[in-house]
Amino acid sequence: MHGLGRPGAFLARCARPKAEEPALDLHFVDALVRPDRRAALPAPRPGDAFLAGGSWLFSEPQPGLRRLVDLQSLGWTSLVAGADGLEIAATCSLAELEACEPPAGWTAAGLFGSCCNALWGSFKIRNVATVGGNLCLALPAAPMAALVVALQGVCVIWMPDGGERRLPALDFITGAGTTALRHGEILRAVHLPAVALQRRAVLRQASLTIHGRSAALLIATLDPAAGAMSLTVTASVRRPLRLDYPALPEPAGLHADLSPHLTPGLLHGDLHGAADWKRLMTLRLAEELRLELAA
Amino acid sequence: MNFALNGEARSVEPASGQCLRTLLRGLGCDGVKKGCDAGDCGACTVLLDGEPVHSCIFPAFRAEGRSVTTIEGLAGPDGLHPMQRDFLAAGAFQCGFCTPGMILTAASLDQAQRRAPGQALKGNICRCTGYRSIADALLGMANIDANRVPDAPAWGRSAAAPAALAVITGRARYTMDVGHDRTSPDIVGRAATPPAPMLHCRLLRSPHAHARILGIDREAASLVTGVRLILTHEDVPATLFSTARHENPYDDPDDTRMLDDVVRFIGQRVAAVVADSEQAAVRACSLLSVTYEVLPAVLDPEQAQLCGAPVIHAKPADSRIADTGRNIVTELHGGIGDLAAGLAAADVTVDVTYRSQRLQHAHLETHAAIAWQDADGVLTVRSSTQVPFLVRDALCRLLDMPRAQVRVLCERVGGGFGGKQEMLIEDVVAFASLRLGRPVGIEFTREEAFIGAFGRHAMRVRVRLGARCDGLLTAIAMDVLSDTGAYGNHGPGVLFHGCGESVGVYRCDNKWIDGVAVYTNTPPAGAFRGYGLSQTNYAIESAMDELSEALGLDPIVLRERNVVRPGDPMVSFDAAAHDVEYGSYGLDQCLSLVREALARGTDRLPPEGDEWRVGEGVALGMIDTVPPRGHLSQAEAAVDADGSVVLRVGTAEFGNGTSTVHMQFAAGILQVPEGRIRLSQSDTAQLGYDTGAFGSTGTVVSGLATVHACNALRDRLLEFGAGLLEVPAGECVLDKGAVRHGARRVGYDELAARAAASGVRLHGSGAVTGSPRSVAFNAQGFRVAVNRATGTVLILQSVHAADAGRVINPAQCIGQIEGGVAQAIGGALMECMVIDATGAIANPSFRNYHVPRFSDIPHTEVLFADTFDRLGPFGAKSMSESPFNPVAAALGNAIARATGRRLRATPFRADSIVRRLSSREDD
Repeated sequence: MHGLGRPGAFLARCARPKAEEPALDLHFVDALVRPDRRAALPAPRPGDAFLAGGSWLFSEPQPGLRRLVDLQSLGWTSLVAGADGLEIAATCSLAELEACEPPAGWTAAGLFGSCCNALWGSFKIRNVATVGGNLCLALPAAPMAALVVALQGVCVIWMPDGGERRLPALDFITGAGTTALRHGEILRAVHLPAVALQRRAVLRQASLTIHGRSAALLIATLDPAAGAMSLTVTASVRRPLRLDYPALPEPAGLHADLSPHLTPGLLHGDLHGAADWKRLMTLRLAEELRLELAA
Repeated sequence: MNFALNGEARSVEPASGQCLRTLLRGLGCDGVKKGCDAGDCGACTVLLDGEPVHSCIFPAFRAEGRSVTTIEGLAGPDGLHPMQRDFLAAGAFQCGFCTPGMILTAASLDQAQRRAPGQALKGNICRCTGYRSIADALLGMANIDANRVPDAPAWGRSAAAPAALAVITGRARYTMDVGHDRTSPDIVGRAATPPAPMLHCRLLRSPHAHARILGIDREAASLVTGVRLILTHEDVPATLFSTARHENPYDDPDDTRMLDDVVRFIGQRVAAVVADSEQAAVRACSLLSVTYEVLPAVLDPEQAQLCGAPVIHAKPADSRIADTGRNIVTELHGGIGDLAAGLAAADVTVDVTYRSQRLQHAHLETHAAIAWQDADGVLTVRSSTQVPFLVRDALCRLLDMPRAQVRVLCERVGGGFGGKQEMLIEDVVAFASLRLGRPVGIEFTREEAFIGAFGRHAMRVRVRLGARCDGLLTAIAMDVLSDTGAYGNHGPGVLFHGCGESVGVYRCDNKWIDGVAVYTNTPPAGAFRGYGLSQTNYAIESAMDELSEALGLDPIVLRERNVVRPGDPMVSFDAAAHDVEYGSYGLDQCLSLVREALARGTDRLPPEGDEWRVGEGVALGMIDTVPPRGHLSQAEAAVDADGSVVLRVGTAEFGNGTSTVHMQFAAGILQVPEGRIRLSQSDTAQLGYDTGAFGSTGTVVSGLATVHACNALRDRLLEFGAGLLEVPAGECVLDKGAVRHGARRVGYDELAARAAASGVRLHGSGAVTGSPRSVAFNAQGFRVAVNRATGTVLILQSVHAADAGRVINPAQCIGQIEGGVAQAIGGALMECMVIDATGAIANPSFRNYHVPRFSDIPHTEVLFADTFDRLGPFGAKSMSESPFNPVAAALGNAIARATGRRLRATPFRADSIVRRLSSREDD
């Protein structure tokens, strides 16, 4: 069994969805399990999928699925704010995140709304789509990936043996549609440290169409005290990229640092933008963000 | 599971993998539409505890304990929700399939969201309107003249669509909306819905671009519980036909079998499974084991013509394929004058090649049909079609049945744009239902709409123009290569039509056109708005712009010097006699209107910064008002016992608004309010014949038949009424639902009663042949700002001038134009069906095929030429498909003028613009 909404790997293991399968409903699913606590999670079997919001799972035919394991029945609290930061449950919907009223001083929480807006799906999708689902789907354009990587998030992962491990969000998505989740693991939550939430944060998005799917989604943060800057790049690249600087870099320096990362191997060209254009936009938006933080 | 549905407690058991939409439709909420299956289009939107969700991706079991509101439950006790009233007043729909979801979404918006409708409505696709009327609804603006005065003129008034109330309340019945009302007979007393629950048909589709089927093992599939029938090529007639439907069935090559033993594109149907449930049919399809012998495939139309290319159709001569060995469906070569001499006489020439991509119609209602036999044994097919009569005739031929034994009908159709001028599914469900003696239905998924229904022909068009220094054309040559895909449906028609008016609109002594339509092992192309003209128009009108640059001449002036004027022959590839006349002429006005509007400008300024460059572009288009080779239509009007008028027409309503026009004609001629007219349409059982709703014929052909029928009924009423009043008929008039002589009146209800008593029928019929034909004109102007660094295109101004003759319903006609421009902006800037290396459609979803959303479409100023057509009803001309045609060229020309570089292929996406601007290639 794989992690929450772990569709990429799941589909790689099953046959590719055949063209003839309809997407009217999940016609091959026979069973639904709704565990009310961790111990009630069923033993994994082939054809299982964890169900969070369902906005992706129900959007494709899923001919390999036989059983849905509901995660919302576990009743995780969506948002838990503490002195050390914010814990976002994997099942927290984007709409809940957007509506979150952060404690004073968490300047970067302004990103919640803008990252939610950057989702290609509408606000109606955001009413059901979850933070965890967006991360586990691991699309390059996943705006939650940009958010949690930029804010130095740490993923909390339930292991099938009952244990738990933590992984920097930067290392969670390993490629287009792939994550670091191992067989049977579930993404439980993402923890955003208070120190990151206190940063100044700015976001830029490029898309071929207005409100379209992100071709480049970049976030830059600035530590107002120490002057350190971080630049997170998503959508134009197969997996999130973050450059950390002790102080604002010079334009040439930023360009020189970013440019070598934007290789054909890491760039993600697709129907939503050619790779060369995404590269151009990434470099351009990075400089725009640097300028904005410098202002 | 217990939940509240529209305020009523319900208890149901959802299936594990069921989505909420399917559950709700099963409970009779047919206003919850199935548009995309993927949460992309918003047609299935419902409110869950007041919050909108896309019910197609919402697990049904999660409705437990929640309160669900569908369009059926949105209205308050006083009748309509305010948003429904706003949509009604603004006329904010065409086909109406997106409307319930659009209204529910709009009704849920808070003030902040309403201030940013582009973001708020990005999850709602409307393919018809271009969103302006929806924006008006959000602003509470009225476009519809709600005043139902009985003596309203038949034209020049924005009457409401007769189905408006049904559409905005979710009660309008589309093809699959047969859930909760199986019994109501239609106007002719024959049920329009199946008498019993239907069985579900699903299709197995080919994974290979070209393969021979060696065997199909159906054992495992037949063991699935609920499977009733499996059909393969061994089970069905081997008759060759064309899925394309035309008045003349010989227009298209007979190259298609219901189920073939050779598959020629990825997605071609291989087998059909009919089962008690859709789930059983789907599962059984996945268990069919097919053995293929994979054959060499050719995907490129240039290569397909070469010697040694795989032969896609080895068919007999009576299939009417021009050259099976070279994969050529049809070709044309012809012209007038002497092209070489014309080019030699030119001071300036251009020689340029343009490419138009494959597009999807993206009508929100996918193809769907249900077939059954009625109590008299008549095979009845309820379908989402633009051409019920032609489908009826095709079924008669394919199944070898007489016309009297086959009935095809549609109620409201959820968009077409040409995509439903095709028999894609009716054959299979008809055959299956005859075999099983039970109703059988099929409904395409959105993915099937991309891979199993047919889009616009991709074309490569080379244009050579020669002109003297003063701009007068000395030569026009056009060389067209059209990729018809694996089957030739509409291949010839689209090629010939595409080679017509785009060249015929220019006066020039020397013209030559070469055209060829070629088979490839890719999904077939079909009829698409513009029918070939959008592609050639793009090439010709772009080349004219290049010519104007080369001449240093204003592009509108260049056109004014060369366009045909009344009296000029309209000639493209031959000078043979034809039936197209200048019933009216407004092209000069259209060009002036666009010039003046661009000169006026708008208040939208380009963004600041030297990266932004501004340019203007124009293009024009001409279109014959009726398709060639005959378009027949009949109509009947009668006074019912209660004095109301019953109007029967054959043409279908799929958002084109022609129903409204027919009502206006009838109301105006018969002097009754529209509310006293009942319109019954698109049913082969109730009327003799109608070629169908394509080629923009709903007003000019079918409408003319209605006018004739109503005129005949008017004469009958006057004659009968005058007899009762014992005065000469010539002294009577129709007035407010009565025959009036001076102050004396006799109402239609009394007339009806007296007529019935004396055995007289108050009835009129009309029939037209669609000939002679007139010409309509369009001109489009854009001012754009292009960012040279990012490739971003901002449309600062969009103006469209149309010569539609006398406009019958301004709100609707403007809506048709806005919708056509919007669809064309999609095709020019965003949309592209991508064929991958195997021949499959790489992006068969709205997620990856970007249909314009609210924020993608600028406001287009629509202006009308002031003309009156002597051939059309009340002076009207066609105006549905033609607004699409000049848009791509006008946009491309504006971008070229802004940047100094020209893209010669659509779509003009930001990434291709940047690439073009950074390339060293010269123009």
